[in-house]
Amino acid sequence: MHPVRKQRLITVLVIVIASSIAIGLIIYALRGNLNAFYPPTKIVSGDVPIGVTIRGGGCVVPGSVERSSANLKVKFDITDGANSVSVKYEGLLPDLFEEGEAAVVTGKYMNGVFVAQEVLAKHDENYVPIEVKEAVAATGADHQKTCEVVKYDS
Amino acid sequence: MAWQWFHRLGSPKWFYEKTSLWLPYLSIASVLLFVVGAIWGLGFAPEDYKQGNSFRIIYVHVPSSIVAMAGYYIMAVAGAVGLIWKMKLSFVVMRCAAIIGIGLTFLSLFTGAVWGKPTWGTYWHWDARIMFTFVLLLLYISIMALHNAYAKNDLADKICAILALVGTVNIPIIYKSVDWWYSLHQPATIKITDESTIAASMAYPLGIMVVAFYALYSLLLILHVRAEILQRERKTSWVKNIVLSVSQKR
Repeated sequence: MHPVRKQRLITVLVIVIASSIAIGLIIYALRGNLNAFYPPTKIVSGDVPIGVTIRGGGCVVPGSVERSSANLKVKFDITDGANSVSVKYEGLLPDLFEEGEAAVVTGKYMNGVFVAQEVLAKHDENYVPIEVKEAVAATGADHQKTCEVVKYDS
Repeated sequence: MAWQWFHRLGSPKWFYEKTSLWLPYLSIASVLLFVVGAIWGLGFAPEDYKQGNSFRIIYVHVPSSIVAMAGYYIMAVAGAVGLIWKMKLSFVVMRCAAIIGIGLTFLSLFTGAVWGKPTWGTYWHWDARIMFTFVLLLLYISIMALHNAYAKNDLADKICAILALVGTVNIPIIYKSVDWWYSLHQPATIKITDESTIAASMAYPLGIMVVAFYALYSLLLILHVRAEILQRERKTSWVKNIVLSVSQKR
């Protein structure tokens, strides 16, 4: 390779590497702010601002969903395995909201209860045809629940 | 001598003549792949156990996102080649790739919004992956806008190539965003090292659609670059000959 071109190649590589490191460091510094939601453990331990609109996310505890028969009020618990938070919400739930699946809730944490203004369903990474799903369920080897797959370790 | 083939790539005339031979095959291939992939994916792939038919938007959303990201590397590498070897043609490829990239990234964000409403319950959410894909769209747009802002083509080419190179860091961030942060997007379904968590009957049409999008991308890029070559080289004799021969046939 011609020495002039070699020098330009090195300049290009330096631009890419230096800017990657710079942007990488910025993003590393902002990493906490880039999370879409807080896991229940952080909410329970008081790592979140109280009375300010935040987002929490976790697995809807099976059997915890209580729907009111008179209005759209609903109560459920979300968990990350270690801790759980009870959520109150009034409104329509997304179609994919289900016990044993993940949900992301936006609202305020007050007096030990998460009062949600918005509930979003987080679907899992599995795409399975209905027949296969039924066959798997029949054998009892049901591994399709998001909550066993999603990692809440950090 | 070893670099001769490489320098020949930089000749607009050579590029134009070679791609004339490839174009018919590439057009037929992209149409066939699209027809097969779309009919298989939309008509014959089984319904998802949870999302039902709405999951079928995966056959547009995922391929357009993949090619939008891969296209960024094509643009950045073209820019780097232009900077190092001072190839005009390479800068032309870079600019054309930026314009196609805008379309693909927009398609990815749009289909994502359409898919998000029935599944998550919202059109838009500032989760990390959506945010950085939005940054990708802004990068593509800014490269095109920056190029148009300069009257001198040479200067514009260089500045845009540098911006394109700086922006490459965004691509691995988009790719890894679902692992690094809690996000509304699910963790990766198609895994490189692990077993993918999409049933094979759904994955085959998805694979075809990904290849179809790559074929369409190459086709659009080549067509766009050829148009640009004719425009830039309009004073040369070989372009005049092509134009004359076409008009004589009519």
